[in-house]
Amino acid sequence: MVKKEWNPVLKGTVWKFGENVDTDVITPGKYLDNLGECKKHVLETLDPEFPANVKVGDIIIADKNFGCGSSRETAPEILQDMGVAAVIAPSFGRIFYRNSFSIGFPLLEADNIAEFFNKGDIAEVNIETAVVKNLTTNKTIQCKEIPKILMDILKSGGQLELLKKELKARSKAEKQNK
Amino acid sequence: MSTIAEKILAKASVEKREVVKPGEYLNCNIDLAMGHIALAKVAANFMGIKKKYRKVWDNEKVVGILDHFSPAPSERWALAHQMIRKFAREQNFKYFYDIKEGICHQVLPEKGHVAPGMLIVGTDSHTTTYGAFNAASCGIGYTDMTIVFIKGTLWFRVPESQLFEINGKLDKRVMSKDIILYIAGKYGTDIGTYKSMEFVGDAMDNLSIASRMTISNMSLELGAKFGFTPPDEKIIKWLKPRTDRPLELVKPDEDAKYSETFQIEVDNLEPQVACPHSVENVKPVSEVKNVKIDQAFLGSCTNGRIEDLEIAAEILKGKRIHEDVRLIVIPASQEIWLEAAERGISKILIEAGGIIGNPNCGPCFGAHMGMLAGGENCISSSNRNFKGRMGSEKAGIYLASPATVAASALTGVITDPRDI
Ligand code: SF4
Repeated sequence: MVKKEWNPVLKGTVWKFGENVDTDVITPGKYLDNLGECKKHVLETLDPEFPANVKVGDIIIADKNFGCGSSRETAPEILQDMGVAAVIAPSFGRIFYRNSFSIGFPLLEADNIAEFFNKGDIAEVNIETAVVKNLTTNKTIQCKEIPKILMDILKSGGQLELLKKELKARSKAEKQNK
Repeated sequence: MSTIAEKILAKASVEKREVVKPGEYLNCNIDLAMGHIALAKVAANFMGIKKKYRKVWDNEKVVGILDHFSPAPSERWALAHQMIRKFAREQNFKYFYDIKEGICHQVLPEKGHVAPGMLIVGTDSHTTTYGAFNAASCGIGYTDMTIVFIKGTLWFRVPESQLFEINGKLDKRVMSKDIILYIAGKYGTDIGTYKSMEFVGDAMDNLSIASRMTISNMSLELGAKFGFTPPDEKIIKWLKPRTDRPLELVKPDEDAKYSETFQIEVDNLEPQVACPHSVENVKPVSEVKNVKIDQAFLGSCTNGRIEDLEIAAEILKGKRIHEDVRLIVIPASQEIWLEAAERGISKILIEAGGIIGNPNCGPCFGAHMGMLAGGENCISSSNRNFKGRMGSEKAGIYLASPATVAASALTGVITDPRDI
């Protein structure tokens, strides 16, 4: 996981996918024993250009139910690791949704988001206000705001970082009590 | 005024809330946390945590199990298993099931870990299966599981609840799998996203616990967070000899609020088949008849139970499967395997030309024991037919009931089990 300063504004090139993109096409089971190899095959059955051409900061825009399927956390992990900055879709598979926030990978939801973007458009996303702009067509879309509990996780860089912070505070309190 | 999900989450909430409403975010105490192959990642996460806090919150509330890649098909997975065994030992897990026991969702209820009203999380998406025992249970990832292992709590959004009223009498050889596939085909695989499903009606009442487990298991394929089947005496009867946990059913209030209600009649329901490459691409068997198959898989946490093997044996008794078909049978647990052996079910399946494998996930998720080559078709009693799920992306997976799987193995083409 790449750790960086929390910045709510993201800008990147759009990759476009349809509905029901499942976790098996993101990280196919047969490559799960080798994530390096797996990266060469991420989403390739839907867009063969994706694994080779995705760049740091790119944004995925998809139709409903993105990330449906298994609980494999490798799916959001690998997208984050390959540089994808965020995914925006009308809805997500619920475990993918949890797992993404858990590792500090932002998702936004908006019903008709897919209509506003084509592959290659430039998107500007504000995670905090949930406003998404298509800089290519000059259109603005308001997504659903991210609940506070998830925003706190995102800002900490994921649940593990948040946990470590909590444990540090606990340790400090325990020392003071002694 | 509360649904089953709302009642269980309220009771589990750290704040001990009386009533909760859909859309609220809660922190909840976890009654049971199950980890499988993903424990390797949890163990790795643990290494990043300060040593004095590196300890599971309650070693009696965690269960570890090795069911994926069992026995290990490669050195890499042998290493993962080794790491997990070491982690379970170091953390002093009271319950750890090594590779011989079977698939998590079958083994946990059999060994008495599951009871009504519990809040259960597992590192497997089909953890929804315990909804058949009136437990609120769902899959989470390994980072969430790391949090649970350390703190014993996890955040939840209270889901909206949906009611599926399923009435009518199933035809002979039409199974609960056909009901849930029919629902997937009719309403789509995102109908239940983020929601809690409650399946009721006389058709549900009449199903065995095993058949209900199939529905709770596959509710996940419809996006559900929880998938409850009727909270009734059948659950108590099934669990009583297996557990000393309290068995108090959690029933929804009469005025519970549901975001949607669906009515489904199963009187004339035909066997259903989900065609490649999506669980919602469902057709009645009459429309896919004569699709040639190369492999038939009877197993998985969806349909690897004794009644599933039994119906296959009834169809295959004294016959030979088609010479071009490989029939792979994998009982979901050791208990099931033993019963199948004792009752002569295994013998019938072997004599018919079947191959029986040890209880584990097997080819269900593309690990081993029956991968597909390009151009091959498999009819499978499992729960997912995503592209490439069982090997080649150019293979086709057709999901169906155990009866349809057995009938198709016999003829070599997709076949209505009522025609045999
Ligand atoms: S049998 Fe298949 S669906 Fe069930 S837990 Fe194993 S891999 Fe997952």
